Amino acid sequence: MSLALVLEQLLNGVQFGLMLFLMSAGLTLVFGVMGLINLAHGSLYMIGAFCCAAFAAMTGNFWLGLVAGIAAAAAAGAIIEVTVIRRLYARDHLDQVLATFALILILSEGVRLIFGPFPLYLNVPDVLRGTVDLGVTRYSLYRLALIGFGIAVAVGLWLLIAKTRLGIQIRAGESDREMIAALGVNIRWLYTVVFALGAALAGMAGALVGAIQSVQVGMGEPVLILAFVVIVIGGIGSIKGAMVGALLVGVIDTMGRFLLPRAFATFMEPSQAMGVGAALASMLIYLLMALVLILRPKGLFPAHG
Amino acid sequence: MVEARREFILNAVIVLALFAVPLWALMAGEPFIISLATRVAILALAAVGLNIALGLGGMVSFGHALYFGIGGYCAGILAHHAFSGTPVAFGLSGTNQMLVIWAVAMALSGLVAAVVGALSLRTSGIFFIMITLAFAQMGFFFTLSWPAYGGEDGLPIFVRNQFPGVNTMRPWELFLLAFGVLLVALVVFAMLRASRFGAALMAIRQNPDRAAAVGISPFGVKLTAFVISGMLTGLAGAMMADLSRFTSPAMMAWTMSGELIVIIILGGVGRLCAPVLGAAILVGFETLFGGWTEHWQLWLGLVLLGVVLFARGGVIGLIAGREGHG
Amino acid sequence: MDSAVLELEGLCKAFGALKATDDVSLTLQPGEIHALIGPNGAGKTTLMAQISGAQAPDAGVIRFRGQDVTGLSVAQRARLGLGRSFQISSLIPEYSARRNVMLALQARQGHSYRFLWPVRHDRSLTGPARAILDRVGLGPRASVPAGVLAHGERRLLEIAIALALEPACFLLDEPMAGMGTEGVGRLVAFLRDLKQEAPILLVEHDMDAVFALADRVSVLVYGRIIATGTVGEIRANPEVRRAYLGDEEPAA
Repeated sequence: MSLALVLEQLLNGVQFGLMLFLMSAGLTLVFGVMGLINLAHGSLYMIGAFCCAAFAAMTGNFWLGLVAGIAAAAAAGAIIEVTVIRRLYARDHLDQVLATFALILILSEGVRLIFGPFPLYLNVPDVLRGTVDLGVTRYSLYRLALIGFGIAVAVGLWLLIAKTRLGIQIRAGESDREMIAALGVNIRWLYTVVFALGAALAGMAGALVGAIQSVQVGMGEPVLILAFVVIVIGGIGSIKGAMVGALLVGVIDTMGRFLLPRAFATFMEPSQAMGVGAALASMLIYLLMALVLILRPKGLFPAHG
Repeated sequence: MVEARREFILNAVIVLALFAVPLWALMAGEPFIISLATRVAILALAAVGLNIALGLGGMVSFGHALYFGIGGYCAGILAHHAFSGTPVAFGLSGTNQMLVIWAVAMALSGLVAAVVGALSLRTSGIFFIMITLAFAQMGFFFTLSWPAYGGEDGLPIFVRNQFPGVNTMRPWELFLLAFGVLLVALVVFAMLRASRFGAALMAIRQNPDRAAAVGISPFGVKLTAFVISGMLTGLAGAMMADLSRFTSPAMMAWTMSGELIVIIILGGVGRLCAPVLGAAILVGFETLFGGWTEHWQLWLGLVLLGVVLFARGGVIGLIAGREGHG
Repeated sequence: MDSAVLELEGLCKAFGALKATDDVSLTLQPGEIHALIGPNGAGKTTLMAQISGAQAPDAGVIRFRGQDVTGLSVAQRARLGLGRSFQISSLIPEYSARRNVMLALQARQGHSYRFLWPVRHDRSLTGPARAILDRVGLGPRASVPAGVLAHGERRLLEIAIALALEPACFLLDEPMAGMGTEGVGRLVAFLRDLKQEAPILLVEHDMDAVFALADRVSVLVYGRIIATGTVGEIRANPEVRRAYLGDEEPAA
């Protein structure tokens, strides 16, 4: 087990974590501001990926595809917020879970209707092909770019929330819903904007990850569940918590899958060690989540005191 | 009172219909429909289990697929060892007797539910939903990557397990078995709901502070309900594995947990026969629309959305009106 | 003083820098109504929450019938006989008035883990429930769900539930809140009878009712008890008048 391999896995973990952050940020904002559990967030990720792949194939340009994917996800988000989600804010969590579960069924089948039953493929843009030399190892340029991209978006999101008028309204909405109404903010409009913003981030993640995985119906749900793990660990409603949680989940999941089978192989028969190690590694982040909830029932960075 | 009588009649109609349709299929020589009815009965049984936690206790478990899967794997693993003549562990042999399998399935899923419940009930709201989901995902990924029992390929049951006096290979007899167990479960649910325990549980759902203030500890009552709930869903899992003669990680997938909730909501939360009606609607939808259009899930989604947004009492609520607690 | 039913000793509770309860000690003697008064934000609700067990004090001891109950849960204290009514009516909304009382009776009997026999036909619950509802004057409304009872009726149902628990003492948190004058009058008479059964710790804003009922009054200001005494002593206490009653003459 070389240093090069460990570094590569670590970078993979960070890259995975940052993509999870893009997913989780929207989810946690929507819960923090509107108090809504949105299972359909994974569908927005899928919509972003599909629109990016289709548009990139049509125009031959990845970047145009990326813009189209983000725009499509944001538009889809705004539409479902106005038509369905808006009616759920005052409902209990059970209704929210069910209605957004129904949205998953509708959106998945909708995508299948429009794009057909087969997976789409999205190529890495030409300028980001190949690898870079990091001294001890060579690493995929595209994955490295994803890390840079993820950090840039995180900084941008932080600036948006800390420095802009919209950010002030979002923070006010998290702490006191009556207050922002009193301030004369149009809450309906604010909610639609926040939801579309979260959708755009999910769509962006889907489009970016689409270039290293196949783009297919059902791709959003595994990521959605991981994003839930992230925000529950980080503390629901907290962007900082989402960042810490996402990096924890990304790195622990990747390193667990890499290290556990090797660790078990030191005292077990190799084929058995692979099985046991892989089984445990796939449960690791859920164990982490259960542990965090048992020790800190409101997550690491509770947003509301 | 009018509502109560209407619900009683509706319940009778639902249960009789579940019996009459496969009976007709038996006369008409349509074994496929008998199998569908058996599937409805078993899914309904799983949902009766969840209805105790969710409907009576207000515990939104998004991880009941875990118990369903545990039951399924109990049947699969015991049958597998009985078939191959190898011991399961510690010299204990497998079995192909359903009664033994059911007992093991209920005991094991009850035990797991006790652990999961004891940990999860420390949280509430969305955290409870998510932690129950997390435990089910653990089970899902464990079975997926554990190679001894088939991993992601699942585990076949080559010869259907046996029940004294029943030829389980005949669809009609297997249906009667499932239907009988479902009836018992419905009676258990009704008795539980009417009992002191049910009174305490439903009170805790509505106002845990008040229940505590009169001296009823919410934790103990909820945990007990959660365990009973997990046991019934586990039993259903064992039966489902025998019906499909196959058990796989898919039984523990989060969509399975979602489907069980959907079944209850379609029928009407907390209602006695909601699981039966909901399971019939779900299976019916899958069969009718599935044959007609491959996009049947789109329509299921629209119906579900409509029920959640506009008919919160489910179908039973629409027909029988609100529930009373005189 | 060791015959006190309820005894608080040196109770402290802080939320950050705010001392919501500051070294509070008081006793509730058999047969008395001990009223706890104070301006809004004085910490009455926090104090009641600590006595009932909903919140844990940072320091101090709560003794109930001689037993240290500081570490016990709400439900455990209720089972020992600490009967609490809520400031904002806290009932089981879908249950009828009768079933709300039956729930308290069932908890009092200590048998909530019976799974088979239907409660509706349980004479050990239905009979006493009817008697208690009749006693508070809710008999004709027994079948109405608590969620649709009128405000005053819900206050009475709170009392009925407390009665069903046959507690060794009553903790009544603003039982008169939002009641009309006629209702208050009837409740005052009722509570005067009730204290023969068990002493009452009464938190109440209605000064007329407090002065009509209380054997002793404690005044809570900024988390501290600044005075305890009879109605006459409290009215005459200059510190109380300054801190709480202002310079207004309290209504007689």
